[in-house]
Amino acid sequence: MQDPVTVDDRTVDRELLDFVMRTPRWFFGSTFALAVGLLAGVLVFLTMLNWGLQFLGYSSPVYWGFLIVNFVFWIGISHAGVMISAILRIVQAEWRRPVTRAAEIVTVFSLMTALMFPLIHSGRPWRTLYWAFPYDWIRGMWPNPRSPLVWDPSAIMTYLTSTILFVYIAMLPDLAIARDRATGPVRKTIYGILSLGFRGTSRQWRIQAVAGILLSALILPIFVSVHSIVSWDFAVTLVPGWHSTTFAPYFVIGAVHSGVSAVVMAMIIIRKIFHLQNYITADHIDSLTRLLIAVAATWFFFLMLDFFFGLYGTEPTEVDTWSRRILEGEWRYLAVIFALCSFIIPVPMWLFRGVRRSFFWMFVTTVLVNIGMWIERFMLIVPALERKSPLTFAYGDYTPSISEFILVLASFCMVTLGVLVFSKFLPLMPVADIKEGKIMKQEMKIGRADVPATIRE
Amino acid sequence: MGIRDNTELLGLYEGPDQAADAVGNLKEAGFEDNAIEVLSATPYPEGAFGEQTIKHRLFTFPFAGAACGLAIGLAWVIGAQVSLPIVTGGKPIVAFPAIIQILYEGTMLGAVLFTIIGVLFESRLPDGIGLYDERIADGYIGISVMTETERMQEARTVLNGAGAIDIISAEKSSPAAAPATSNA
Repeated sequence: MQDPVTVDDRTVDRELLDFVMRTPRWFFGSTFALAVGLLAGVLVFLTMLNWGLQFLGYSSPVYWGFLIVNFVFWIGISHAGVMISAILRIVQAEWRRPVTRAAEIVTVFSLMTALMFPLIHSGRPWRTLYWAFPYDWIRGMWPNPRSPLVWDPSAIMTYLTSTILFVYIAMLPDLAIARDRATGPVRKTIYGILSLGFRGTSRQWRIQAVAGILLSALILPIFVSVHSIVSWDFAVTLVPGWHSTTFAPYFVIGAVHSGVSAVVMAMIIIRKIFHLQNYITADHIDSLTRLLIAVAATWFFFLMLDFFFGLYGTEPTEVDTWSRRILEGEWRYLAVIFALCSFIIPVPMWLFRGVRRSFFWMFVTTVLVNIGMWIERFMLIVPALERKSPLTFAYGDYTPSISEFILVLASFCMVTLGVLVFSKFLPLMPVADIKEGKIMKQEMKIGRADVPATIRE
Repeated sequence: MGIRDNTELLGLYEGPDQAADAVGNLKEAGFEDNAIEVLSATPYPEGAFGEQTIKHRLFTFPFAGAACGLAIGLAWVIGAQVSLPIVTGGKPIVAFPAIIQILYEGTMLGAVLFTIIGVLFESRLPDGIGLYDERIADGYIGISVMTETERMQEARTVLNGAGAIDIISAEKSSPAAAPATSNA
């Protein structure tokens, strides 16, 4: 946690801005491959617009399939980024410095991707305007604010707007550094405009510090509200398996579980491809994994709570849903994969220091968690709909179509492409913050030991 | 004499100690606290250069924003429900338990937006009038002093005395990073 950055300021600038100022060849290949993946999703989407939702294979009673699973999954991923950043800023944890920016950027792009899915799922995305905005009041068309279809956009747009502004304000000093380091006139002008003439006066730094804490304190309740509201999309219905009072905290903690894992995974990838070994150390991954252990344990508690209280009432439809989720058909295999990936394999492994400090094992286990958590959302949503009615003629099966798989793939491409393109224009690590860490860090002597001490205002 | 007729000098220093000396010497020479600014590419602890304590009212902005957000949220949800009444099983048209989510989001969005406005206002951004030098990004610390043109030579002497490696000046306000006259 206290691994110091030992290089000088110029080297910090050079190393962190290297990818911004110089474009390696692999960037073009990767961007192209990701763009092709994204384009495939766009083509599926356009075909769906022409043919309607049945093109994706949806029919009664299961209308919420991969699209809504993906929506919940990406909303979940988007949560941890800002949560980590905000909590670490508020408690002024020194080890936050290399972590915050990448976490926030993962949040921004995964949230944008998440937002796509309800729009695609609506079948006619432009009609969602009716739900959310009172744009056609002349004809007496008003949205119904009592509907979760309005709660969702209001929560997500609030979160997205707040996150983008939060990231932008935190990025002003780095935009100023990029302005000073940029060589071409176009880049210099763009960075100059975006940095708003930030000069690094004492007042500007002071306000930056206060704003970081203040905005963090404001964003944390928004982050909790967003996934709570997403959970209420399910919980306010009478569908067995969804109608649960614990859904909001269960969803929030599940989001944090998958999200923090995604951040760890992203940090390991970023460290490798951008050569940031001087900044992201085993200490950072170790610290995040300790947090993950606590989060995973809490998530498991809520999972069990949902399970036991689902069965405790012995309501036949509820019991049937749980039975279908974990004991019947192909679902039982998915249930085993889900349990192994999201908890049974990774969490015991994280208890070992050697695993926590191993980039390879942490990458593997965090990928497993995200596979498990994607399956969790799938198991949560679809089996409940397959048996939504006690009337047997309303039973239905769901088999995902190739088109849905392509849309899932496209969503991963979209997030990765977004982060990659962002990193081409701005550093994924807060340069000024890293430098501040060097200034703030001093050593003090206690007895015969040199102990890291941090100077704070 | 208006601020436009003043001269701004910017001295560049290699380290924080010399920069702190420069600030101290300028104060001793009678230059006012609010005429002296410290520029750095890295945030130093407040008061590291002996500069005046920064006073701000950033904490008031989110409260104002939250109040506005709540008011707009209330107007929107009540207006929408009254304009298109949807009768649902004898429940009230304006049902607060079902709209409290939107009121909450409106309140928080207002608080965040006003905080952002507050950050820009309190940071004096956009800032296009102050002197700046790109060497500050290399780790040099800039000490800027705004003074009447008659005292410019005195200020230059003080800045040099603290070990400035370069001093740049602008006869009147100029954009950040704009060309300026330079002499050591």
